[in-house]
Amino acid sequence: MSTRSFGARVERNVDPKLLRGEGAFIDDIPLANVLHTAFLRSPHARARIKSIDVRAAKQHPGVVAVYTCDDIGVLDMAMPLLIPHPCMKNPQTQRPLARDEVHYVGQTIAMVVAVDRYTAEDGAGLIEVEYEPLPVEMDMEKALAPGAPLVHEKAPGNLAAHFVQVCGKPDDAFARAEHIVKIRVQVDRSTAAPMECRAIAARWDAVSGELTVWDGTQAPISVRGGLASIFALDEDKVRVIAPDVGGGFGQKVLFFYPDELLVPMAAMQLGRPVKYIEDRRENFLGSSQERTQIHEIELAALKTGEVIGLRDSFLHDTGAYIPYGIAVAQVASTSIAGPYRIPNIWVEFKAVYTPTVQVTPYRGCGRPQACFAVERAMDQLAEELGLDRFEIRKRNFIGVDQFPYEREGLLFADGLKVTLDSGQYAKALGMAADALGASSFAADQAAARAEGKYLGLGLACYVEGTGLGPYEGGHVRIHPITGKVYVNTGLSTQGQGHDTVFAQIVSDQLGVKPEDVIVVEGDTKAFDWGVATFASRAAVVSGNAIHKTAITVRKKTITAAANMLEVAEDEVELRDGAAWVIGSNRFVPLAAVATASNPLRYAFNEAAQAATQFAPASKHDGPPLGEGTAPGLEATDYYSPPASTWAYGVHAAIVEVDPGTCAVKIRKYICIHDCGNMINPMIVEGQVMGGIAQGIGGALYERLDYQPDGNLANASFMDFLMPYATEIPDVKILHLETPSPLNPLGVKGVGEAGCIAVGAVVASGVEDALKQLGPMKFRHVPLTPTMISDALESVGH
Amino acid sequence: MKRTIKPSIPERSEDPLIEVSLTVNGEAVTRKVSMRMLLSDFLRHELGLTGTHVGCEHGVCGCCTVHIDGKAGRSCLTLAAQANGADIRTIESVATSETVLHPIQQAFKECHALQCGFCTPGMVMNILSRFEEPGPLDLSDEGIRDMLSGNLCRCTGYINIIAAVRRAGELTGRT
Ligand code: FES
Ligand code: FES
Repeated sequence: MSTRSFGARVERNVDPKLLRGEGAFIDDIPLANVLHTAFLRSPHARARIKSIDVRAAKQHPGVVAVYTCDDIGVLDMAMPLLIPHPCMKNPQTQRPLARDEVHYVGQTIAMVVAVDRYTAEDGAGLIEVEYEPLPVEMDMEKALAPGAPLVHEKAPGNLAAHFVQVCGKPDDAFARAEHIVKIRVQVDRSTAAPMECRAIAARWDAVSGELTVWDGTQAPISVRGGLASIFALDEDKVRVIAPDVGGGFGQKVLFFYPDELLVPMAAMQLGRPVKYIEDRRENFLGSSQERTQIHEIELAALKTGEVIGLRDSFLHDTGAYIPYGIAVAQVASTSIAGPYRIPNIWVEFKAVYTPTVQVTPYRGCGRPQACFAVERAMDQLAEELGLDRFEIRKRNFIGVDQFPYEREGLLFADGLKVTLDSGQYAKALGMAADALGASSFAADQAAARAEGKYLGLGLACYVEGTGLGPYEGGHVRIHPITGKVYVNTGLSTQGQGHDTVFAQIVSDQLGVKPEDVIVVEGDTKAFDWGVATFASRAAVVSGNAIHKTAITVRKKTITAAANMLEVAEDEVELRDGAAWVIGSNRFVPLAAVATASNPLRYAFNEAAQAATQFAPASKHDGPPLGEGTAPGLEATDYYSPPASTWAYGVHAAIVEVDPGTCAVKIRKYICIHDCGNMINPMIVEGQVMGGIAQGIGGALYERLDYQPDGNLANASFMDFLMPYATEIPDVKILHLETPSPLNPLGVKGVGEAGCIAVGAVVASGVEDALKQLGPMKFRHVPLTPTMISDALESVGH
Repeated sequence: MKRTIKPSIPERSEDPLIEVSLTVNGEAVTRKVSMRMLLSDFLRHELGLTGTHVGCEHGVCGCCTVHIDGKAGRSCLTLAAQANGADIRTIESVATSETVLHPIQQAFKECHALQCGFCTPGMVMNILSRFEEPGPLDLSDEGIRDMLSGNLCRCTGYINIIAAVRRAGELTGRT
C-alpha cells in the first residue's frame, strides 16, 4: 500500500499559483468594460434624512448612474432576517439604501456607478444630503434604561432579544453552595479585518438571461438562492462564484450586504459588468463586527472547589441590526460552562441595539467572551478558596468516562441540546503544565522578581462546538482522459486549504497522489447543494461527505478493474494511480478504468487505447450501458452530522509586565489542542496559530473606538492596532487526537479554535504578574497599558 | 429582466491624462493614464499584473509592495505618474521558471507560510528586496521579525512566515 495521506503534512496544492501572484481574487478578474461603484455613507449615527440631491453627481462626467432608495425597485426593502428566533422582538435588518433615516455611521445612502472608482467617489462626494441629527446613546447599559435615545423607534428600550436558558436546578445549587464568587467581565468591539476587503462583481448576459456574480463570500450557494428569489430569476440562471478569497473569518458569511444586491441590479440595468471593491475604511464602517459583551457571572461552589452551579447574565451588543439573529449570543450562552461538569446553569442575555455597524459572527462567535467570563471566574474562585489554578480546573473537568456529557436545557446553534461528545481535558491540562514548566514557575517568578521583573502565569481552557449541520455534499469523479480525480463540494475557501485536505481524504480511497485530486468549490455551477463555510464545519461536514463519496467511487473502481483484469474484487488494490492485482505486476491505470466504464466509440488517447487491451469493465448482457447503471467512475453523496462535535484545548502562557511602561510581553505561549483526528497537522497548526494571533490582537490591541457621537475614531489600519510579526511570540502547539465518535473520519472543526482562550490567558497572566503589588483585577479586554496604569494607580503604585 | 434602452456610457472619465514610460519586469511600457491613477491600479488594471494586491490603500498593510528602482515600495502610495522613468518589479517576475519557484516562494510553500495568499505577494517582494540588498542579512529571530514588520497578515499568525524566511536563507545559502 502507498502511505496514507490522511494525517500527513502534505504541502498545499493551491500555493504555487498564490505565490506567483496568479491567484484570482475578485478585483483580479478581468471584465471587459466594467463599471465601478462607490457609496455615499452616513456621517451620522442617528439622523432623519430630510432630502437627497443627486443632480450634481449625475451630471459629473464619467458618472453613469446614481441610485437612492427611490431608484432600486424591489430592493427598497429590509434585507432578510437570516436566522429567526422567537426571543427576538421586532428584529431589524438594514435596507440596501437608507430610507428616511440612518442608524449608524457608515450606513449606505446612495450608490454611484461610474467609469472608474475615482470618478465614482467624486460622484458620491457631490451628493447633497440634508440630515436632522438625532441623539444617540453609545453605552450599551445606558441604552437599555428608560428614556434612552432609540436606535429604532420600533424597538422600545433598544432591546433586540431577551433569552434565558436553564440546565438542571441552578437555584438549588446556589442555595447549597458553600462559596459563591461573582465577577463582571467585558470584551470590547473588534473586527475580522480580512486582508482582502469584501468585493463583488456582476455580469448580466441579456442573450442567455444569465446573471453571473463573483462574490468574495463564504456562502455562494446561499447567495445564489437569495439573488434568484429577490430578482425572480430561475436558480439555474444565477451563477455565484467565490473565487480566491482573501480571508473571511465570519465577516464574509453575511448575506446580504447592500452591495451584494445593488451591484447585480446595476449590472442588469446598465447592461455592463459592474463591480464594487470595498476599501479598508468602508470595511471598518460597513462590514460586520463582533465581540462586545458584558457578563455578570456567578459560580456556586463547594469548599473542595467543585462548582455546582453557574449563573450568568450578559448584555450582547448587536449593533444597529440583528440580521444573523441571536447566533453570537446563543453560542456564548451554550459555551458558558466550558469543559466543566457544572450541572446547574442559568444563563440569560439581552441583545441590545446600538447605533453602530451590525454584529454578526466573527471567528469565535461568542466563545471568546464566554471563555473569558468563566475562566476569569474560575481564577477568582481558586484564589478565594486558596487552590491552585490548575487544580481547581482538574477537579471540575468532565472526565473521559463521562462522555457524552449532556447539558439538558441548553440548545446549541444547531437547535440541539448541548452534548459534549469526547475529550481528554485533564490530560490536556497536564500537557500544558509540563510544556509551560508550571511546577517550577513559582521559583522562576520569585527569581525574576528579585531582578525587578514581573512574570505571571496565565491559563485558560476552552471548548468549541464545531461541525454544525445541516449537511454538505461531495461529488467525486475520476476523469477518463487524464485519470485525475475531480472533487466538488458546496463550500468556498478563504485560505483554509480545503483543496488539499479534501484531496488527502480522496487520495487515500483511490490510491492517487493528493496533487492529482483537483478540488473545485465556490461555484454554484460546479456543485450547488449545501450551505457555507462557517462555524468550523468544513472538514467535518464536507470532509465526511467527500469521504463517503470517495468510498463509493472506490467500490465502483474496484468492481470495474476486477472485471477488466479478470480477477476477484478482493484481489484488486488501488495505488499509484492504478488498479493492481495484489502481489503481481499486472495493473490497469485509473484513466483506463474510467474510460472503460464510459462506453464511447472514440479513443481520444492512450488511456482509451489501453482500455481496449482489457476485458470489459462491466459484466452484463444487452446495451453498452447496463440498465440501472451510470457511465464513468463517479458518485455524489452527502453527510449530515447527528450533532455538533466538540473540540477543546488548554492554553497557558508566561507574560511579563513592566509596571513602569505598563507594557505586556508574552514570554512563552503553549497551546494544547484537540480537534479529533487531524487530516493535515500542518494546516491544523496554521489555523490554530492564525487564531491565536487574532486572539492576541483581541487580548491586547484591537478595539474599535466608537466616540460618544457614534463616529468610529479608528477606521483605518493606521489607528486600529493589529499585531505584526513583532507582536506575536513563538507559540508551541501540541496536539491531542481524541477521535470524534460522531463521524466516520473522527474529525472535529478547528477554524475558530485558536482565538477563543487568548484573552482569558493574557488577563490571567497579567493579574498573576502584578499580584504582589496589590489586589488588581483584569477583567476587560483588550487589556491596554492605560488599564494597567489605572489599576496600578488604584493600589497606590 | 426587461430589455431596456441601453444607456449611453462614456468610455472614460475626463481626468487629465499624462504619458508615463517605465520598465515593468524588464519590459518597456508607455501608457497614457489619468494623472491621479495610483501605481497599484496602473499595474493591476492597466497592465493586468494583478499579483500586486491592495489591502488598505493607505500605506500600512504592505500587500501592495513592489520594487521601485530596486527598493521595496508601496504601490498604493505612489502615483503612476511618479513612476515615470522608474524600473518596477512585481511578484509576476519572481519565480525562477514556469515550473520552479523562487527559493523564497519555495520556502513559503514548505513552511505553510500562506493561507489565503492575499498578503503573500507583498510579503515576498519585501523579503526579496532584503535578500537582494548587498551586505549581511540578519536572519536572527528578531532580525526576521523586524524584516516583516511592515507587512500585515491576518491568517497565518506570522510564525510560519518567520520560519519561511529562515528556510529561504538556507535555500539561498544566506544563513
Ligand atoms: S495597500 Fe498599500 S500598504 Fe496597504
Ligand atoms: S495569508 Fe491571508 S492575509 Fe496572509
